[in-house]
Amino acid sequence: MAEFLITTVGLPASLAWTVTAVVAAVLILNVIAGGALVFIWAERKIAGRIQDRLGPTRTGGKFGWLQSLADGIKLLAKEDLMPEGADGMLFRLAPYVSFCASFCAFIALPFAFDFVGQRLNVGVFFVVAVLGLEVFGVILAGYASASKWSLFGAMREAAQVVSYEVPLGMCVVVPVMLAGSMDLVTIAEKQAGWFTNWYLFHDPFTFVIFWVYVTCAVASVNRAPFDLAEAESELVAGFHTEYSGLRWSFFFMAEYGSMFLVSALAAVLFMGGWNGPIPVASLLGLSEGTGDTANYFTRLIGMVNLLGKATLGVLVMMWIRWTLPRLRIDQVMTTCLKYCTPIAAVMFLGAMLWQVALPGGLVPGMGRPAGEIREGWLPGPGGGAASASAPAIVVQVTP
Amino acid sequence: MNTLAGGLFAMFEPLVASGLALPLAGVNWHTFFFLVFAAVACGFAVAVVAADNVVRMALYLVLSLGATAGLFFLAGAEFVGAMQLMIYVGGTLVLLVFGVMLTAQAPFVSIKSTAGDRVLAGMVGAALLAVLLQAALSVPAWRKPGAGRVAEPAATPIGMALVGVRVDAPEAGAPAINRRPGYLLPFEIVSVHLLVVLVGAAYLARAKRRKTPRAIEVAASVEPAASVAEHAEIGRDRSRGSSVLAGGRS
Repeated sequence: MAEFLITTVGLPASLAWTVTAVVAAVLILNVIAGGALVFIWAERKIAGRIQDRLGPTRTGGKFGWLQSLADGIKLLAKEDLMPEGADGMLFRLAPYVSFCASFCAFIALPFAFDFVGQRLNVGVFFVVAVLGLEVFGVILAGYASASKWSLFGAMREAAQVVSYEVPLGMCVVVPVMLAGSMDLVTIAEKQAGWFTNWYLFHDPFTFVIFWVYVTCAVASVNRAPFDLAEAESELVAGFHTEYSGLRWSFFFMAEYGSMFLVSALAAVLFMGGWNGPIPVASLLGLSEGTGDTANYFTRLIGMVNLLGKATLGVLVMMWIRWTLPRLRIDQVMTTCLKYCTPIAAVMFLGAMLWQVALPGGLVPGMGRPAGEIREGWLPGPGGGAASASAPAIVVQVTP
Repeated sequence: MNTLAGGLFAMFEPLVASGLALPLAGVNWHTFFFLVFAAVACGFAVAVVAADNVVRMALYLVLSLGATAGLFFLAGAEFVGAMQLMIYVGGTLVLLVFGVMLTAQAPFVSIKSTAGDRVLAGMVGAALLAVLLQAALSVPAWRKPGAGRVAEPAATPIGMALVGVRVDAPEAGAPAINRRPGYLLPFEIVSVHLLVVLVGAAYLARAKRRKTPRAIEVAASVEPAASVAEHAEIGRDRSRGSSVLAGGRS
């Protein structure tokens, strides 16, 4: 977009970059905030239906679809309290730390082919690294509140997130290995075509590791049944016991943002990203480069696909939350260390051996040929001025 | 896309031309962000030393290290930047948790350093700074601005080099030999080393069993018996003295 602004519109370079950055940031903020609005309403409805109730029905007409807005107004009007013994600066800062971490991870997330805030060469790695920082805000909140419930909650969350990063990392490595790149755009583009090309169906090992990833993702964003950090029955509300009003809502924006993020990451890594189950665009004869309108339309379909998959993931998380009871802390650790990590390790080895033994896939045409290494066969990063000057890296591996 | 959006932006061209947004036009964002990140990194590094609360120190350390990661991203070293975030910032998190757990006897403990400590730390810091400055200024190529320009960032050459295959372009002036060394051996050494560390950590952290494993159960089984006997004793005493417990009301 910046290149387009410079060449076609004729803006000065620095101004073009500013506009690009602002547009990307505002769009991402809207995804998080708008997503939170919708998901909070959906969570209430789903919780209601699962518990044999109706959920919100009155606010804003038939389905109570304005309930989140009413919640937001209520939160705005709440008194902003801070405990007397609290560390004021850290207490005020903590929600923003959480939110910023969630926001930053969205920068590298592609929403459709090249619809990405900043296409990073190490996108997967960046997203996982930044997502792990969200817990920092939680620890700060727990410590600064000067409340033992908060501190207990924060400590549990820290232990849990640090532990679950290990199996999560192993799960993420498998699609990276299959794609031969850490670039999220490349990974998703390698799964183009019918849904049989998705890494989810690449081999039995990736199928298993997807479910390990789901478990770890739910745990790493602290959703039930892994929400030890805010166990109401023991810790009042855990790390956000002392928070109210807008600060509290920042924590929840961050939580819903992270839920959406890990779901979108699952979609990109395992379910083809913006490539739908049926390649509508290519069946219609549209492909990259056939024209501006075609490009637009293809990417629009892609975005609908990705957002749909991510939303589906979030809804499944809600379903899990309202179905399963909360685990104890020792059960959480057992799940991580005795089940998720070994399974992930074995599946990683299995996927590797499968790739060596059957590089073409079990059935010809299922899965992509593994020979076409690696970066550089795709168009360069959309917004990167550097890509125009630097030569593309073409890698050839000779056995 | 270009024609459609071009038409859209043509509407705004008079605005741009009239200098509405000109104050921003001259900013070099690379320099700007370099200065911002550098200032944040240095400022919070000083704040780490100056703060007296362990959690605040950790926060400042995270901000300083995060700004350093920003510098790496700015320089195009995305892999190193993400590594910095993952290892240093994430590592500080663990450090913080242990710091709070091990040191916080009371809420908001403050750590005061004496004047002697500060002088000593200042001397060590100044000596290190002098060495680094001398080293940095002694490279003539680094004195020109824009000399250390980096190529297209890519993690693949790093990864391939780590498994022993060099795919990146050779440096200018390097001898054109076919077999450039990869980093397979250092990689293997480091990974084995880390494995040893992992095993060692697991060994140290494992739950220690006592010599008599059932000591707690034995103690627990003894305890009620003793207390029952005690109560029986009391009851007997009281009954002798015709207490309320024995039913006598005299």
